[in-house]
Amino acid sequence: MSSLTRSLPLVVALLTLLLFPLFGSSFYVGLVTRIIIIAIFAMSLDLLIGYTGLVSFGHAAFFGIGGYALAIAFQDASVIPLWQALPLSLLAAGLAALVIGWISIRTSGIYFIMITLALSQMFFYYFFESPRYGGDDGIFLFLKPVLMIGSEDILNLDNENNFYYFALSSLVLTYLFLVMILQAPFGKVIKAIKANEHRVRALGYSTNGYKLVSFVLAGTLAGLAGFLEGAHTGYINPAYMSWHESGVAIAIVILGGVGTLYGPIVGAFIIVLLQNFLPELTEHWQLLLGGIVISVVLFLPRGATSLFPRLLSLIRTEKGVPLSQEESTKVDTDG
Amino acid sequence: MARQADGPIIEAHDLHTYYGASHILHGISLVIRPGETLSLMGRNGMGKTTLLRSLLGLTPPRRGTVKVYGRDMTGAPPEKIVRQGIAFVPEDRGIFPNLTVRENLVMAARPGPDGRKDWDLTRVLDTFPRLAQRMTNMGNHLSGGEQQMLTVGRALMTNPDLLILDEATEGLAPLIRKEIWSVVRQIKESGIAAVIVDKDIKALLELADRNIIISKGQIVYEGSSEDLAANPETHIRYLGV
Repeated sequence: MSSLTRSLPLVVALLTLLLFPLFGSSFYVGLVTRIIIIAIFAMSLDLLIGYTGLVSFGHAAFFGIGGYALAIAFQDASVIPLWQALPLSLLAAGLAALVIGWISIRTSGIYFIMITLALSQMFFYYFFESPRYGGDDGIFLFLKPVLMIGSEDILNLDNENNFYYFALSSLVLTYLFLVMILQAPFGKVIKAIKANEHRVRALGYSTNGYKLVSFVLAGTLAGLAGFLEGAHTGYINPAYMSWHESGVAIAIVILGGVGTLYGPIVGAFIIVLLQNFLPELTEHWQLLLGGIVISVVLFLPRGATSLFPRLLSLIRTEKGVPLSQEESTKVDTDG
Repeated sequence: MARQADGPIIEAHDLHTYYGASHILHGISLVIRPGETLSLMGRNGMGKTTLLRSLLGLTPPRRGTVKVYGRDMTGAPPEKIVRQGIAFVPEDRGIFPNLTVRENLVMAARPGPDGRKDWDLTRVLDTFPRLAQRMTNMGNHLSGGEQQMLTVGRALMTNPDLLILDEATEGLAPLIRKEIWSVVRQIKESGIAAVIVDKDIKALLELADRNIIISKGQIVYEGSSEDLAANPETHIRYLGV
């Protein structure tokens, strides 16, 4: 497949998302905004799980810290300047990731999972039990960040559609940023670390440094998602950084397709939509959600996005058109 | 970081290496000089791979010292040791299956420790024209021979002073083997030192300046190819061939 036909589904998806607010009601625009934010969060986790081979079970900590940094610094402010609030959130999440990462990357496998879980739960309980920051009630934010040019707020995020486009641009920029670093030499090294860390060290790379950079980048991007979520809902509470959220993020990545950047976006759509509409069917909706996640893992181990190339190759083989070498490679190795 | 360019690349003294409680290397001392080709022979399980892993810090020795260009590197992490100009082609080939052939090669690229840039993508592809036809294949979509060429090519991309080949021709078809040996010969002629572990004694004797036979974790023979070829009872005794 040429790169054009390969990126065609992405372009169509982006166009659909761009035009969506023209047709969707404000409820759905708000819902898709949330999906986009969760997609950024899950995509940042996929940098760790899908590309570096680090299964972090504490990624929600950085999502929460991004939101809390915004809420704590600006809860009593009369105006929230975007150019102060956003870097603050990114910096806070990045610093937390530096500390947690510096400790965690020394371990691997199950120990890495447990230590990231434990450290993120420390952040959870700190905010849960801190009356200063609202405890388990969390913090309300009554204002949206503004970007003033002269006396005009050019973003006007109070408008739901404007917020939608702000979140969508963040998603596109995050996607392009990740594509860029994955194509850079850095990306090749982290992918190689995922395949076999010992070999990478035998080639002369100090792998801990690369893993830490990857961890900090992922944490910072999760902080971006947390910032957007806090700004969007105007409310931040400790549940944002609980291990449930970390677990849901892992489920999204696995459901969409580990090691693809578009997989987490598809996964975020599936999970958030199910979370929204399953409860209307039955009060035991979590059971259904769990069943769906398990079926996808069983029948589509490379994630929901692997369905498309599979169907495509099925149709072609029925027509008797043999797969080209490149496509069969793609189907086999993209996961 | 002064490099003694004319001294030995690796100087190992009295290495004792263990896997858990099993004592594998019983006091091996070894010197590898710039530009020389050294063969390492011995039956399976005698400690050849363990010796290589001990030199590189992958399985650090419990006693003994490893010096690289005169600097004591005993117990240093493997990435520090190989950065001194050593490239390792492991027994299991060590391709990254989730990277393409091009990515496997490019990720390793770096100038040698003295800044040499003799080997780049173009030269590696000239050396292994088969790889040039497989650039977009993923690492696991290659034949065994192609994988081996890729590992050797990747090792050369680091512009090493010393190339360590562990069983580079094992399990390959005779024609591919020949191709690998001819590349090893080119590498030798270009002045890169090499340590080669292999089962093909005939090929080793043709290439090596010096031969070492290991048995039960000790060096039992060390000598030139002429000497070893003239005394077949030595390799019959220790290698069974």
